[in-house]
Amino acid sequence: MTSYSLFLGCIVPNRYPGIESATKMVFNKLGVNLKDMLGASCCPAPGVVGSFSEQTWLTVAARNLAIAEENRADVVTLCNGCFGTLFEANNTLKNEEETRKTVNALLSKTGRIYRGNVEVHHFAKLIYEGHLDQVKRLSQSLTGLKIAVHYGCHLLRPGTLKKIDNPEKPVFVDELVRNLGAESVDYKDKHMCCGAGGGVRSSNLELALDMTKEKLENVKASQADCILNVCAFCHLQFDRGQRELAEKKGLEYNIPVVHLTQLLGLAFGLNPRLLGLQAHAISTQPFLRKITKVSVQ
Amino acid sequence: MPTSIQESRSRAVETVLDELISHSRNLLKCVQCGACTGSCPSGRRTQLRVRRLMEKVLMGFEDVLNSDDLWLCTTCYVCFDRCPRDAQPTSVIKRLRNIAVRKGFMKAAHQKVARLFCDTGHLVPINDEVRAVRKSLGLSELPPTVHSYPESLKELETILEATGFRRMTG
Repeated sequence: MTSYSLFLGCIVPNRYPGIESATKMVFNKLGVNLKDMLGASCCPAPGVVGSFSEQTWLTVAARNLAIAEENRADVVTLCNGCFGTLFEANNTLKNEEETRKTVNALLSKTGRIYRGNVEVHHFAKLIYEGHLDQVKRLSQSLTGLKIAVHYGCHLLRPGTLKKIDNPEKPVFVDELVRNLGAESVDYKDKHMCCGAGGGVRSSNLELALDMTKEKLENVKASQADCILNVCAFCHLQFDRGQRELAEKKGLEYNIPVVHLTQLLGLAFGLNPRLLGLQAHAISTQPFLRKITKVSVQ
Repeated sequence: MPTSIQESRSRAVETVLDELISHSRNLLKCVQCGACTGSCPSGRRTQLRVRRLMEKVLMGFEDVLNSDDLWLCTTCYVCFDRCPRDAQPTSVIKRLRNIAVRKGFMKAAHQKVARLFCDTGHLVPINDEVRAVRKSLGLSELPPTVHSYPESLKELETILEATGFRRMTG
């Protein structure tokens, strides 16, 4: 049985644990074993800790990677921020010998060592590349659902480093959605940032929300039934951001926000409660009602 | 204190530009075409002008370090990917932020999240509400992260001490 080290990060376990339970159930159905990364920390966030101190960012990332190495299993991430950090840090540490020596000298104070013998994967890419046939086999058809896909930034960019799809016009998540029988709708500026990254959400919420608002308006215009994301931080920004826009600006969008692990869980017929869909800031009920209607037909 | 603009520039060039170049020589390839500014979702609604930032850096103006502009970038990397000269503006911005933090230019909100990271090992730590949600989902009340392992938090403290992170961001 294939095993991966599940990197939880911060937002999944500490804000949207439904994504964690969805992931465990979905990967179990796919016959993939997920090993916990005991004692892992924040990845740490690329645009926050990475903006403050690259050396700290790299060394803490190296510690997380070392935990996966001790698991003897490649890393799988559920958030573009975690993916960005761990993928980029792994790449730097593997390819730059001097940097690796410096970081290992710091890391050795904890009794750990980074060896460079695991890879870092984004869950969406892993499922698309390795399990699409199984997904089709396990899924009920979601025909009639209109889904607005949001890729986020650090999954695809920098393009020369990530080498996943075309960062200007990616299609693989749309294809995954279509394989579930749902429609992936086009919307204006689909590939724009959610607004949260780079420490902007923590220091300038107004700016972050202004970007989110633009995306929400464009999604609303597409009449999609939900925003589908593959990143816990984008997920938080769209879900809590809608509540914040309602509180601060009186703007109501009420667009359900769904992480791809949760959508796969629904397609596999898992109980929405166990996928944490009742614990979102914005009610997912309209979306769930539509899925029930679709699956009854 | 520098006594002239000339002196201020050359001092800045020695410190900031030299450090930037030592990390990425690509910075010098910038031809000021403006593809970065034209691609910037933040610049569409703020005063952030990535082209101007690159220009200031190349001319050695050190005031970029304590300007708000530096923190308006969401690090979406669109400018990085579209730059026809591969000058890597996002990396330049992140490097400038590192230098700014070292020089003590840091926003209070960012100091707060840095403290959370130092104290808990998570930028977004658990709270009581989510503990309850975790239980209702059949998950452990605390995730199997640094939250469940005090000795892991000690390891993290060791790293943060060795890199001077807490002092730098405090």
